Amino acid sequence: MLAWGTIVWGGGNDATREKAFTLIMFVGLAGSLNILLGYTGYVSFGHIVFFGLGGYMGFYLLAGHGWSLPLASLAGGVFSAAIAGLLGLAVLRLRGAYFALATIGVNEAARAFVSNFEPFGGSTGMSLNFSTYQQYGGAGKALWLTFDLMVAVTAAALLASALIKNSRFGLGLLAIREDEDAAMVMGVRTPRAKTIAYMASAFFPGVIGTLYFFKNGNVEPGDAFQLNMSIELLVMVMLGGQGTVLGPLLGAVTYQGMRGYMLTSPLFKDLHLAVAGAVLLLIILFVPAGFVGWLRERFPKLRGVLE
Amino acid sequence: MGNLISLLDGVLIGFVYGLSAMGLSLIWGVMKVINLSHGAMMALGMFFSYQAFSKLGINPYLALPGVAVFGMLIGLLIYGVAVHRVLSGPHLSSLLATFAVNMIIIGVGTAVFSTSPRNIDYSAGAVVVGDIRLPGTRLLAAAAAILFAALLYLFLYRTRSGKAIRAVANNREAAELMGIAPTRSLALSFGIGTSLAALAGGLIATFFPFTILSGGTYELKSFVICVLGGLGNPLGALLGGLILGGIEGVIPTFMPVSWVPVVEFGLFILVLVLRPGGLLGEK
Repeated sequence: MLAWGTIVWGGGNDATREKAFTLIMFVGLAGSLNILLGYTGYVSFGHIVFFGLGGYMGFYLLAGHGWSLPLASLAGGVFSAAIAGLLGLAVLRLRGAYFALATIGVNEAARAFVSNFEPFGGSTGMSLNFSTYQQYGGAGKALWLTFDLMVAVTAAALLASALIKNSRFGLGLLAIREDEDAAMVMGVRTPRAKTIAYMASAFFPGVIGTLYFFKNGNVEPGDAFQLNMSIELLVMVMLGGQGTVLGPLLGAVTYQGMRGYMLTSPLFKDLHLAVAGAVLLLIILFVPAGFVGWLRERFPKLRGVLE
Repeated sequence: MGNLISLLDGVLIGFVYGLSAMGLSLIWGVMKVINLSHGAMMALGMFFSYQAFSKLGINPYLALPGVAVFGMLIGLLIYGVAVHRVLSGPHLSSLLATFAVNMIIIGVGTAVFSTSPRNIDYSAGAVVVGDIRLPGTRLLAAAAAILFAALLYLFLYRTRSGKAIRAVANNREAAELMGIAPTRSLALSFGIGTSLAALAGGLIATFFPFTILSGGTYELKSFVICVLGGLGNPLGALLGGLILGGIEGVIPTFMPVSWVPVVEFGLFILVLVLRPGGLLGEK
């Protein structure tokens, strides 16, 4: 990913940067979802709610209170994590499909609430005053700064994911995934561990959301809480291999590449959604462990290398 | 007076919502799968009715048996291709497998029908009692929903196949030991579930405009209803439908209509967390 960043930085081309921005954003989002989904096995179907809420909060501070971008995006992340901490007290008691359903409900409730919440601009959302860009030395420089921060936060998300996986705390999470009751008996403090994992996986989307909406210059409920995007993230994690550090990275790159190809190919243009669905179905039916999981199963020697 | 009419109107639509939620609830109750292609099936039901009405001139209510059979066949196909293999897997597999089916249906549907809005231009007059005036299509749709709900109950409690489905829902292994072929029951209940979704879609199409993407909204409503009534409890789902319809009818009389989803999903999360068995279920 750093290699990618270097190519983009070296080239200095705006179009390449835009493409790389979206890609890196999805890597970061999928990687942070994986902290909850891959390690604890809790399927957060509406995970995009943290992208939306954090993005809204950060944007509100940027546009309404003149906070600087790094500070506002950090605040967006902290806000998302705090919401996850509070929500977690309630919804993390639910298991399996009940939890998945609850997270869909949370996303829809948040979308409906924000559409009515006047300080956040209600259903029309908020937009940035163009003069905001001046303090970053013009719109062009502001966009480059956003890109740099996006690379940094995505790298941080993947690093956090790797550190968690190899820690004692991460082992506790994996134990919860395998058998929550047994983990509890073995001394894992499951409610606390799950809540921390939930907060960690909510923090990064909050930061990413702020950066994304700053780049767009506006935020509105329809863009912030797209259930479809949430499910795309799940697909990326599945595709690459849930519970692995590299999986979400590979999954996001593959999925984005495939989508880009199909949207521009005359053959698949109209049917891109159906083809993506068929590919997803084939993966679930035949390669449920994802790409990295499959490699690990197939070539045991790789297990030491591929995390 | 206005409030009463809004409430009645909401409750009538609530029967149709309830019918759709019954399908979702049945599938969950029998095989613990949340069918994320439910909304797409509703959209297919809408378009089946629309095609029958606009191309062949068939009355949308007379087309309902056709919609039911169509929904059943598609459901059996989905079960065979996508659901059967993931039943024993983790929840994520069945969620994503049915979502993949949803993507395929919506994708093909968008290519064939585009996403421009349609409506079935059919009027069944209105019934006027005193000051209350109710559109005929709503009354007919509610009556049809009640009829199909009753048929489902007769089927589940009075027929051999229906009893087998209930036995499989109760305990799959024990049912198998008693000589019930579980795969047949599972496939059949999935087919009934999607058939109810298509029927509800066909009914909704008679009074609201729709696109191929409309199913998503109604699918979310079905989730809320199922949770209110208790997941896996089809009768509770019908009751949940009435509650949701009532809420949708009454809230706009004293609050901006845009608050309706906030109340709905707030209630959804509260019930899920506090009473996961549903309002009727045990605590």
